[in-house]
Amino acid sequence: MGLFEAMRMAFGAIRAQKLKSFFSLIGVLIGVMFLIAVVSVIQGMNVFMEEKFANALVGHNTFKLRQRPDFVGGNVGDDVWLEWLRRPRISYDDADYVTARITVPVVAAKFCQDRMVLTYGTRQAKDISLIGTEDTYFQIKGYNLKQGRPFTPQEVRASQPVLVLGALVAEKLFEGQDPLGQEVRIAGLPYRVIGVVEPQGTLFGLSMDKFAIMPYNAPARRYICPINILDEVLYKAGNTSDLTMAMGQAEAAMRARRGLKPGQPNNFHLETSAAILDFWGRISRVLFMALPLLVGISLVVGGIVIMNIMLMAVTERTREIGIRKALGARRSDIMSQFMVESAALSTMGAALGIGAGLGLAFLVRALTPLPAAVATWSLVLGVVLGVIVGITAGSYPALRASKLDPIDALRAE
Amino acid sequence: MSDRVIHVEDLRREYQMGAERVLALRGLTLTIRRNEYVAIMGPSGSGKSTLMNLLGCLDTPTGGTYWLSGQEVSRLSDDALARVRNREIGFVFQTFNLLPRATALHNVELPLVYAGVASRERRRRAEEALTRVGLADRMRHRPNELSGGQRQRVAIARALVNRPSLLLADEPTGNLDSQTSEEIMRVFGELHRQGQTIIVVTHEPSIAEHAARTVVLRDGRLDSDTRTERAAA
Repeated sequence: MGLFEAMRMAFGAIRAQKLKSFFSLIGVLIGVMFLIAVVSVIQGMNVFMEEKFANALVGHNTFKLRQRPDFVGGNVGDDVWLEWLRRPRISYDDADYVTARITVPVVAAKFCQDRMVLTYGTRQAKDISLIGTEDTYFQIKGYNLKQGRPFTPQEVRASQPVLVLGALVAEKLFEGQDPLGQEVRIAGLPYRVIGVVEPQGTLFGLSMDKFAIMPYNAPARRYICPINILDEVLYKAGNTSDLTMAMGQAEAAMRARRGLKPGQPNNFHLETSAAILDFWGRISRVLFMALPLLVGISLVVGGIVIMNIMLMAVTERTREIGIRKALGARRSDIMSQFMVESAALSTMGAALGIGAGLGLAFLVRALTPLPAAVATWSLVLGVVLGVIVGITAGSYPALRASKLDPIDALRAE
Repeated sequence: MSDRVIHVEDLRREYQMGAERVLALRGLTLTIRRNEYVAIMGPSGSGKSTLMNLLGCLDTPTGGTYWLSGQEVSRLSDDALARVRNREIGFVFQTFNLLPRATALHNVELPLVYAGVASRERRRRAEEALTRVGLADRMRHRPNELSGGQRQRVAIARALVNRPSLLLADEPTGNLDSQTSEEIMRVFGELHRQGQTIIVVTHEPSIAEHAARTVVLRDGRLDSDTRTERAAA
């Protein structure tokens, strides 16, 4: 008897009892569904973290010279915090000193930022991230302007009160009116709007367009950073090797400037997207460790359910087995019939689980800010697990069926 | 020698029932030749079911030998017996023993499935067998859509489809009314005329009358073996 015959019999038996078959494969369905959904979300997060999140926070081939880490994944002790807060801050002179000592081609921008209220006439935009920086910032962030122009190095040097708005801020203050050349006030100080940045979309449901950019030494600077102090200096290199080189030079320059002896730890921080990806890597590792447990439990339960159903099927169909044996079925024929039936059940469960898992993943993507991307290997794994569970769960019932005595089996009711 | 379909010599079968040893067959010698039509009779407990299981290769004897179509089958393994059942024996049971979910056609195809016949050829031979028992118009019906007599005809078609050397019927009319019984026995008579070797196990004398030879068992031994010329005609 060929595999094709065994499969025809199996699907016949499954079709004859649709509801029972469905309930028997629900365990495998749930297991595989979790597998697909969780892997899809993690995979989506991976892509997202690497391509969007990390770059939005730090930027590709970019590092930041800071007093202390900006992105902290996990818990940090009080003593560590205190040490961070006791460090000297980054001054304008620090920035110039370090920038002058980086020999590979990099683009540098001083950076300071705080939440401020912007007003235009009677209209207000609250909780806007006011960024004080240099003209190079637009290049580092890769901002394209929807309207107007970025500010120039001359305007930065002259501390001009000029402002480039994020798309959402422009929308909120001007509502379709042309913002260019208009006067916006920050803490009572007048600024002239010279440009609007193209919309940047959202990140985890938060708008990336609620900002306004001005020269770092423009009149409102004291509201976002103390005089002569910066939050950070951004450096963007053209490629990874330049980035590594520039980071080494920046570290050496800062240590020399602060007079740190060999063995003394840095009292400043160089931040890259690696820190964020690292943190995400730790989270996803935990998820990936929990996943086999979750899937494993469901599959074991699913396998036990299928084994029970198959044992019941063997009992219910004892007479059928007797008939088949009388007509010439060998042990291996009966074995393969029940094994294939069990494997078919379980694989159908896996297939439905893949469908449900994909559905769940897309539902997550549609209803939450979490992204989802399907990993092909997880689909293959789902099917393979289904077949394995089916064969494992079916082997004992199939063995029992194959060993039935034809005379006893024929006499069964 | 070559026309001996069945030859059993000193056939014995014991069962262990708990501590008790039951001697179901106590040494039976019997020869059945090609195209014989034999009825096996005997009261319950006489060993006729045991004999039928042994002749049908569903069971193996604890003593003695059994040749079926020249092959000794008394010491074969389970799988080898399955092969012999598939090739050499066609069963007809009292309770029909059709697969309830399968159509008449599929039921008849079943022995061919286990014989490894390709599906097109299987279909052709199953249709031929069903036509032979007069069910050409009922091939797609399931057993529960057929009358008792029709079901038994399907079972006969199934028994014949592998062209076995022996048709073995166990109380083939036990679940049928007398008119239908006659109908089934007419089918058996027709098959016999066409050259089929037939054994019918029964306790009804009226059924045994159709056979050309009646073997009666008593207490696990041969009681009588008589030939009636009448039915052969």
